[in-house]
Amino acid sequence: MQEKVLLRYRDLSVDLKMIDNYIESGGYSTARRVFSEIAPEKVIEMVKESNLRGRGGAGFPTGLKWTFLAKNTGKPNYLLCNADESEPGTFKDRAIIENDPHQLLEGMMISAHAIGCTNAYIYIRGEFAYGAEVLKRAIAEACEKGFLGNDVFGLGRELNIHVHRGAGAYICGEETGLIESLEGKRAHPRIKPPFPAVYGVFGCPTIVNNVETLACVKHIVERGPAWFKAIGPETGPGPKLYGVSGHVRNPGVFELPMGTSLREIIEVHAGGMREGRQLKAVIPGGSSVPILRADEIDIAMDFDSVAKAGSMLGSAGIIVMDDSTDMVAALRRVSHFYHHESCGQCTPCREGTGWLEKIVTALDEGRGTEEDLRKLDNVAKGMLGTTICVLSDAAAMPVRSFLDKFGEEFRAAVRRSAGAAAA
Amino acid sequence: MRPLRRDASLETNPMSQQTTTNKATDSGPVVFRPEALAEYHEILTHYPESRAALGTVLWLAQREFGWISPAVEQYISELMGLPRAWVEGVVSFYSMYHRRPVGRSHIQVCTNLSCYLRGAEDIYGAVSKRLDIEAGETTADGKFSLERVECLGSCGTAPMLQLNDQFHENLTVEQVLDLLGKLERGEKL
Repeated sequence: MQEKVLLRYRDLSVDLKMIDNYIESGGYSTARRVFSEIAPEKVIEMVKESNLRGRGGAGFPTGLKWTFLAKNTGKPNYLLCNADESEPGTFKDRAIIENDPHQLLEGMMISAHAIGCTNAYIYIRGEFAYGAEVLKRAIAEACEKGFLGNDVFGLGRELNIHVHRGAGAYICGEETGLIESLEGKRAHPRIKPPFPAVYGVFGCPTIVNNVETLACVKHIVERGPAWFKAIGPETGPGPKLYGVSGHVRNPGVFELPMGTSLREIIEVHAGGMREGRQLKAVIPGGSSVPILRADEIDIAMDFDSVAKAGSMLGSAGIIVMDDSTDMVAALRRVSHFYHHESCGQCTPCREGTGWLEKIVTALDEGRGTEEDLRKLDNVAKGMLGTTICVLSDAAAMPVRSFLDKFGEEFRAAVRRSAGAAAA
Repeated sequence: MRPLRRDASLETNPMSQQTTTNKATDSGPVVFRPEALAEYHEILTHYPESRAALGTVLWLAQREFGWISPAVEQYISELMGLPRAWVEGVVSFYSMYHRRPVGRSHIQVCTNLSCYLRGAEDIYGAVSKRLDIEAGETTADGKFSLERVECLGSCGTAPMLQLNDQFHENLTVEQVLDLLGKLERGEKL
């Protein structure tokens, strides 16, 4: 059994939410060492050296992102933790937030030191009311100990971390949507460039990192980049949280080396299919990424390997479907979601998500035609790469891949409709 | 998956929405109690510009008044020095600010993909049938309201629902009916 790092709470008998337990088990010693001994440039160097890639979905190299920060602007730099976890099928960050909040705070402290930030925010989705309370208490404890506030570790340095609770909008997970929301606006994503590292929240240089990414930073600095790089593929290594949901015996979050095979995750860790059922399809990285057939699961779950297989690692939210699943009905759920969550700013997305849902609903309700299938693919095609943010692509990709991989079921739905109409 | 160790002291009271002292009505005055006003001023200190506090202040207003009525929007706009249209624009963008009163037990059933695969429609159907309301409706006695919601990040413990601020996970129809019974009888959960 591999040692758990991010989900260490599962191997310990103590409650890591309590700061004394966290300190007792070695917590905050790395942040203290970083603040007193390690230059910010050195921390950035370590994170770059580790090849850590962002765990929110895009997989962008974290160290590189940090180096894009505008210099000598005369403005404060901000660190924002993206805890908006909203991609359907994703529930990994919640495991860290609710069970080991100090791990996240320590990762944020180290990252804030690296990028020269004195005020950081955790943007947590509104529905995680419990998680927000856990974080607020953890921050209050850390302030009481003098680890946060105006005199961090008695070194005369300032760092405050605030919890900002969202109020229900998927688009806040997009980093510029998150920034707009934090500024007290509707969460309309911004046109890039300028990127947040140059012009972010309050017009200041800003770094937005995912919860799991920031937790990884703590371990990279604590154990060294070489340790991190030795776990999984060198081009995007490290311990990784995989969330498995759907038709498996044992759904949940599993910490495994980056690049663990999808088959092993499903069959071994998630316990395989339910009694008497066969695997039919898997969405490997949250509901927006292209779907895989049952015969395509012998792939390593890392950024590059999943991309090579024609999908994306995304948020590593693995949604498993067995042979009882009606793919038209399943796609209807997905298309409804993206229509509901389109912010309405760009026409291809605002109108396109509506058309996708309308057509898939017609197919599911036995009102579909051959023409609908062509229209569906055509609308989806027109939504790729035509908007300010990728929500439009996120809505279109599942449609195109469901049609590509399970087209026969959609054609059968059309035949059933035609049959019913003739009768 | 090992059950999460949840800390009761951090759970919000599922009945908390009914303990407001200053319900927003068309006739009653809409103004923060001194305690809430103190909280408001504390919230402002978290941000370099006051407008950024709007989302958090709306949460405070919802806790105090139960929902964000037009009168509450007007009050917040005057309190924060923001155009009324700005406040309404933000309120209407986010799904968790209530633009009309909701039941004391606000039941939100996730029907997104992972929950759907594990029987969310049965859960939704059971609640709807028992309460005799559909999504978006509130029972005549004001006790319950029902909504379908999108993914709540609880896919590994599907199907699930959110009761006010609280998650109820790994549900069966029997458990849901039991939960509704307890709420109807006003029993502790």
